[in-house]
Parts: sequence; C-alpha cells; structure tokens
Amino acid sequence: MSVTPYIVLSSILFTIGCVGVLTRRNAIVVFMCVELMLNASNLALVAFARQHGNLDGQVAAFFVMVVAAAEVVVGLAIIMTIFRTRRSASVDDASLLKY
Amino acid sequence: MTAQILALHEAAQIPAVDPSAATGVYTLLWLVIALPLAGAVILLLGGRATDRWGHLLGTALPIGSFVLSLVMFIDLLGRDSGNRQLSQHLYTWMQVGHLDVGMDLLYDPLSSLFLLLITGVGSLIHVYSIGYMEHDPRRRRFFAYLNLFVAAMLMLVLAENYLALFLGWEGVGLASYLLIGFWQWKPSAAAAAKKAFVLNRVGDIGMSLAIMLFFVTFGSTSFTVISASSGRASEGTLTALGLLLLLGACGKSAQVPLQAWLLDAMEGPTPVSALIHAATMVTAGVYLIVRSNFVFDLAPNAQTVVVVVAVVTLLWGAIIGCAKDDIKKVLAGSTMSQIGYMMLGAGLGVAGYAFAIFHLLMHGFFKADMFLGAGSVMHGMDDDVDMRHYGALRKAMPVTFLTFAMGYLAIIGFPGFSGFWSKDKIIETALNDNWVVGLCAIVGAGVTGFYMTRLMLLTFFTGKRWEKGLHPHESPKVMTIPLIVLAALSVLGGVLLLNDWIVDFLAPVVGTPPPEDAALPGIVVSLIVVLVVAAGVSLAWFLVGKRDVPRTAPQQVSPVVLAARNDLYGDAINDTLVVNPGRHTVAGLLAFDRYGVDGTLTGGPVAIGVVAGQLRRVQNGFVRSYALSLLGGVLLVVLALLAVNLA
Amino acid sequence: MTAFWFLAPIMVIAALGILFVRKAVHAALLLAVVMISLAVLYAALDAPFLFAVQIIVYTGAILMLFLFVLMLVGVDASDSVVETIRGQRLLAIVAGLLLGLVLVTGVGQISLGAGTGLTEANNGGNIQALASILFSRYVFAFETTSALLITAAVGAMVLAHRERLTPKPTQAGLAAQRMRDYAAKGTHPGPLPPPGVFARHNAVDTPALLPDGTASEASVSRVLAARGTVRSAPALADDIEEVQRQLGEAPHAGRTGAASAEEETL
Repeated sequence: MSVTPYIVLSSILFTIGCVGVLTRRNAIVVFMCVELMLNASNLALVAFARQHGNLDGQVAAFFVMVVAAAEVVVGLAIIMTIFRTRRSASVDDASLLKY
Repeated sequence: MTAQILALHEAAQIPAVDPSAATGVYTLLWLVIALPLAGAVILLLGGRATDRWGHLLGTALPIGSFVLSLVMFIDLLGRDSGNRQLSQHLYTWMQVGHLDVGMDLLYDPLSSLFLLLITGVGSLIHVYSIGYMEHDPRRRRFFAYLNLFVAAMLMLVLAENYLALFLGWEGVGLASYLLIGFWQWKPSAAAAAKKAFVLNRVGDIGMSLAIMLFFVTFGSTSFTVISASSGRASEGTLTALGLLLLLGACGKSAQVPLQAWLLDAMEGPTPVSALIHAATMVTAGVYLIVRSNFVFDLAPNAQTVVVVVAVVTLLWGAIIGCAKDDIKKVLAGSTMSQIGYMMLGAGLGVAGYAFAIFHLLMHGFFKADMFLGAGSVMHGMDDDVDMRHYGALRKAMPVTFLTFAMGYLAIIGFPGFSGFWSKDKIIETALNDNWVVGLCAIVGAGVTGFYMTRLMLLTFFTGKRWEKGLHPHESPKVMTIPLIVLAALSVLGGVLLLNDWIVDFLAPVVGTPPPEDAALPGIVVSLIVVLVVAAGVSLAWFLVGKRDVPRTAPQQVSPVVLAARNDLYGDAINDTLVVNPGRHTVAGLLAFDRYGVDGTLTGGPVAIGVVAGQLRRVQNGFVRSYALSLLGGVLLVVLALLAVNLA
Repeated sequence: MTAFWFLAPIMVIAALGILFVRKAVHAALLLAVVMISLAVLYAALDAPFLFAVQIIVYTGAILMLFLFVLMLVGVDASDSVVETIRGQRLLAIVAGLLLGLVLVTGVGQISLGAGTGLTEANNGGNIQALASILFSRYVFAFETTSALLITAAVGAMVLAHRERLTPKPTQAGLAAQRMRDYAAKGTHPGPLPPPGVFARHNAVDTPALLPDGTASEASVSRVLAARGTVRSAPALADDIEEVQRQLGEAPHAGRTGAASAEEETL
C-alpha cells in the first residue's frame, strides 16, 4: 500500500504547526507547535522507511526524538529563566532587537 | 579647379614672399623690437626707483627705434625693387614633429612703412605724454605699458610667419587692456578694458583657427612657404582661411560685428586713444589682410565678405559719430569709419591694397593729430569731454585750433590735403568694382564731413558754454610740438601718391594692379566727392553752427539720433545674441553641476538612506514576524524546487 | 489503514485545536492526543519500537515536562485574542494555506506505488534490526547524540539554578527569630496545632473553639466568613452537651454562662 496518505497527513500537521508558531503568543504554546512540526516530520520519515523497505527512516526518526528531547529541556529552562526575570511568558515582550 | 586658381595666380601676378638674408644695417632688425621691449622690462621691474627718469627712458627708446627704422628705410630705397625683401632668422622657436617655427623677421616695403608709422607717430605721442601725464603718479608705469605696446606692434608687423605675428597680435591686445584700464580705480575703465579684451578674444579665435588651418593645409605658417604654394590649395580652404583671418581682423580693428569695444576704449588716457585706437593697433587688421593677399586674391568670396563688412562698418561708425557729445567718442566713431575705408580698399584686391595702406598712413597722421588735439582741449578744459561745455576755443587755444583744423581738413578730404588723395583713390577703386559700394563710400564721405564739421563748430566756434570759473589756456610746448609735426604730416602726406609712388613701392608685396578702364574719370569722381562733402559741411553749419547749442543734450530727438546715441544698439545686439544666452548657458551648467552631478553623487546616498529608513521598519523586534518571513522563504524555496522539477 | 483513516481526522482536529484554544494547558493536552495517535500510526507502519518510544519518551517525558513548566509559569495564563502585530494573523494564515496547498498538491502528484514493506527488514525482529543498524552504521551519530543529551541536561541545570543571594538561615537563627517576633508582636512562637484539634463540629461552617473559649477564625474558610454564614460555636455547644449526656459523660468543663442558661431553659 502506498504511504501517500501518511505524507499528506504529515504535510498538513507540519503546516498547522507553522501557523501555530506564527500566531500564538505564549512561549510554551509556541514551543508545543514546534514539537508538532517535529512529530510531523517523524511521521514522514517512518512512512518513507516503510515505502523503501529499510530501517534508515526509523533510525532517523529515533534520533529526531532524542534531539527534540534535549531541545525541549534547554528551551523550557530558558523560558523559565526569562519568566523569572520578566514575569511574562509572551514572545512579544522580548522585542528589543529592533530598529 | 586647381588649374583655374593657378591661372588666377598668374593673372593677378600675386608676388611671392621671397626674402634674402639680412645683411649690413638690416642685421639690427631685432634691435628695433628689442629697444622698446627693454624699456618696458626695465621700467616695470625697476619699480619706483625708476620714477624720476622713467618717462625719459621710455621716450628715448622708441626714438632710437625710429632712427633705426629710418636708416633701414633709406637703405631700402637705395636697393632696386626686386631686391627689397630681407629676412632675419633669430632662433628656432618651436620644433615639434612636423611643426617648425622660427623666430624670423621680415623687412619689406610693407613692413618698412609700418615701422616708420609706429615708431614715428609713437615717439611723438610719447613726447606728448610726458606733458599730458605729468601730474599722474603712475606715469612711469604708463610709459612702460606704452613701450610694451610699441614692442608688440613692431613684432606684429615684422613677423615672417603667422605664429610670430600672433605673438605680436596678442601682445598689443594685452597692452591695450592694460592701457584702457590704466586708471584702475574707475569701474567704467575696468569694464571697458575687459570688454575690449573679450571682444578681441573672439577675433583671436578666428586667428588661431586660421593658423591651424594654415599648418594643416601648407605644413607651415611661414609667409614664404604659403605665398609660394597658395595656388595649390582648394578655393574652399582659401575662402575659409580668408574668412577666419577676417574674423581676427574684425576683432582687432573694431569692425562690425566686433565693434562695440572701440567707443568704450576711450576710457583710457588720450595718448592711448591716439596711439592705439587711432594710428596703430586698430590698423593691425588691415595689415593682416594686406599681408595675406596671397590668400585673399585667390578667394573672391572672402574678398566680397570683406567689402560687405567694410561698407557696413564705414556707415555704422559715421552714423554713430554724428550724435555723440563726447569729443573722444566722435573721434572713435570716425576711426571705426575710416578703418572701414581701409578695409574696403583691402577687400577690393590688388587694385586697392596700396591705397588702403596709403589711407592707413594718412589716417595715422591726421587721426593722431586730432586725438592729441582733443587731449590738449581736455587739458585746457579741466578734463571735461562734453563738447556742449566747449565753444569758441579758437581764441583761447590757437595752436591747438590750427593743428586740429589741419587734421579736420585732411579727414573730410579737402582738396590738396592728405586725406583727399587717399580717400578719393579708394572711392575710385570701389566705383570701378561695384557702383553700389562706391555710392556707399561717397555717402560715407558726406556723413564724415557732417560730423567732423559739427565737432569743429561745437568745440572751436559757436558761443562760449564753459563751466563757471574756467580759463582755458594753451597747452605746454611738450604737447603742442607733436601736434605741429602731425599737422604738417597731415597736410603734406599726399606727396606719397606723386606718380603713384606708393603703388610702385608696394608692388613687390601686393602685386601690380592690371590696367582697367575706369568707370568714371578720376577728376569726375573727385568732383562728386567734394560736392557731397560740401553738402555735409553745410548741413552741419545750418543745424549746428547757426543755432544756439543747448548745454544739456535735448531728450526729444528723432529715432535716428536716439539710435546713433546708443551706438546703433550694438551693445544691445551683443547682449541679446551672445551675453544673455551665454549667461543662461552658464547658469544652466551651474544648475546641472549642482543638482545633476552633485545631486546624483549626494542624492544617491540620500535616496539609499530614505529607502533604508523605510526598509528598517521590517525589523520590528517581534519574533513572530521574523518567523513569518522565514515561512515566506520556505515557500519560495519549495515553489522553486517544484518549478525546477516540473519544468 | 482503518487505523489511519480513523485517527487522521482526530489528529488534524486536535492540531487545529492547539491553534485556537486559549488556555495553554488545553493546548498541551491536545498535543498529547496528537502524539498518542502518532504512536498508533507508527505501529501501523511496522515500527513497534518507535510506537513504544513515542509514548514513553515523547508523550510521557517531554509533554509532562511541558506541563510542569506550565504549572510553574501559571496555569491560568491565557492569551488575549487580539493580535498586536498588524497583518500578522492574516499573512500567517495566507502563508500557511499556501504552504499546505503547495505541499499537499506536490505530494499528491507523486505516485509512489505499493511500498516495499518492512517484512524483510524486520526479519529478526524490529528492535534487533534497528540495533544492528544503529550500532554499525550510525554509531558515530549515536555517540554524538549522547554527548548532546549530557550537554542539554547540564545546560538546563545551569539555567534553572537560582543563586542564593543571602546566607541560608541556620536552625538556631530561626529559633532566635521566633522569640524576637513573640517579644515584639506576640506571634505564637511554637507550631500551630494540626487541623482538627480544636474542632467542635464536623461542619465546614462551624468554627473550632480555642482553649479560652473564643472561636478560631483560622478554622473556617474566609469565603464563608465573608458571606457571613458562619455559625456560632458556643451556640451549638448545647447539642454537644446533650449528646455527651446521652452518652453518659460529664458536661464539658469549658462551658460558658450562656450555655448553662440555655441548659436551664431546656
């Protein structure tokens, strides 16, 4: 069976994650949308692994998961530190790098 | 075409300039120029230390040049007519590629006459200036400039090639500028000097182009080379050369269209007006045309243009002279008109060259006489130039009156005086060529009679209109003696025409005119001219002599008089045609430079700054808008990939 | 494939929900839905190891980490609906739609044909096959990733560490401070009694009585006190007395005069 539906689903989830990153203001929700995008790409990897008949896709998806975990750890620590000093978790508040 | 010109060459018997090397007394030819030049250098570099004796040295040196010129002239007369051209090579001036110009001097009948005129009349004017400029603290400098002028003018007439002639040409232009603006503190004098120089410059363009064209056509600027091979050039080239030389002559001789500077040049001291703007510098144009006869004789179209310019100027100057109240300006208008006569003679070709030179010499005598006389009158009238403040001066200044009267009779062509002989010959030659030209020349003679008589009446006759408390007296001997000498020359100058001596004398230079049937017998022409002149004189007597002369110029006058008072709107024409367009062009170029060039240079960065100022608003500091741009980029990349893969 | 067609709409709706919900906690829960559905899809795609790892690592660890941080930050925190950057929302939606359209139509053009399937690759078992690839071909990436994990953990510790600005108070210091407070303000130096010690009634709106007979305000919810629905404990003491008598016990020594008056009317 063809994996095309899985790829289409992966694209849709990825796009939704993109729009979420652009639209939401809470830093943690933005981070969650990033996780959504990573998961969507994982799905695509695993689907193609099945399509091509070797496990390289699954190994890649595994590595993505590991790296996503590390990323979440550090990212959330950063968000917490910013929250402690600024008492705000909105991404719009960190806007000093401007003209 | 070339054959025709060669035939013309033969028929007109255009003599070639073929000098032999200078020997004997002629080896001192360079000294003629060097003496006044040394005077100029010593008096200018010596500074105030030379103030006490500067004027004496400045007078002695031109007298030395005159003595040398006289000796050489007498020696020349002793030679036979085929052997009268001598040249002296001083040194090689320029040698670049094919251009080989030497500092060569040429002494032949034409330059011998000019040498005598320049040094003779010049020395007399130097003597006169000792008295005239006695009270001026810068008298030494005046003499230095006069010497500089004499040296440059001598260079001009002694040059054997056009470049050396141009050296003298420019030198007299410089001296003229320095002398017109001698009283520097007067804004009118400074403006007049500048005007003269600029108008001369326009003429110099013609001169420069002619020299370049000579070099391109003949490979040399030497009279010897060009006169030998002038027949081999095309008529178009020769016409162009003629017209360019004419342009130069117009600038130097104040002919229409470059005539506007001559009346303004009267701002200079009167000896300057006499020497430069009557006797010598303004005649340089005539000298140029006569000297270039080997070009003009082969370009009939150029000769026609010369005649037209001459006739127009002849009448122009005469009309202006009728309405001026400034005695010097009347004489300046008269000069313009008389040089028109000389140009007319030169434009008539071989038949007229000798008479043009003859009239040039006579004019040098009587015009210098009258200018110095005017200076004497001004000296007695406390430097007033307005003739409406003169009147009945013949009793107060008898010597001045008598010498001036001699010049007056000469210029109107009273039978027997020098002017009678010279002017009539030109009118005769003009009538033989074209009756319209001759008629204009006769009318000009009549107008000359009118305005000169008016001048005489206003100055020496009619009632006293002097300023209160003024007691006019005769000028000192140092001023009156030159007047007497010049007056004598004005009376006796006609002797040069005895047996057509001057025509034969100048034949080696300008050729012999072929014998032609005259349109009218000479005596008839003279009679007609005398009658017309008498009509002019009597008109002046009725309009000026018989009536009371108002002390201030009347404002309600006919349009002709108004036009004549405004120099026939010559300045207005110059302004409209040249000055204002030039000013607008310069303003336009300035604006282009400031806004176009500078604007592009500074405007580019300014525009970039404005654009950058708008673009920087993209950096609004919000992460989400940056993320949006990222998404946009991703979209572009994906679309590009699709396009590449599908195409 | 039935799993796919069943779960795909759910996943899409849940993902859209993340975009639209106001509370962050709801977004986290919706993400959990997506992740678990994904795990099931991995199982459908012959990736049992990833199915397990997705649930344990991603949903169990990473998402829980999200929730902990949300609790620290503030569970109540909710975004306002108003968009502050001009045109951001519109452009985001347009760009998103465009991207989605491009990807889906692009992918839809591909005709992949029947896949090879993983039956051969999973011959000795999926985990064994994965392990053999992981430790042979990708061993360098594996080792590097482990270094990354260590770095991440250490980094998080460094970032979250709060430096003490004042010296830590010792036990003796705390005790001395309690004595000083008692001397200055009369605050009770000892620990408070555990809850329920002075309770007279097991109703929420009945306060406990302190040893000196006054009602303890700390024993009722201040909301009820603010509403004014707190009953008077001494007034209910009769019921207590009655019950005690019925039980054969002596009346309580701490009764007040008002209570004895009531008892007499009874």
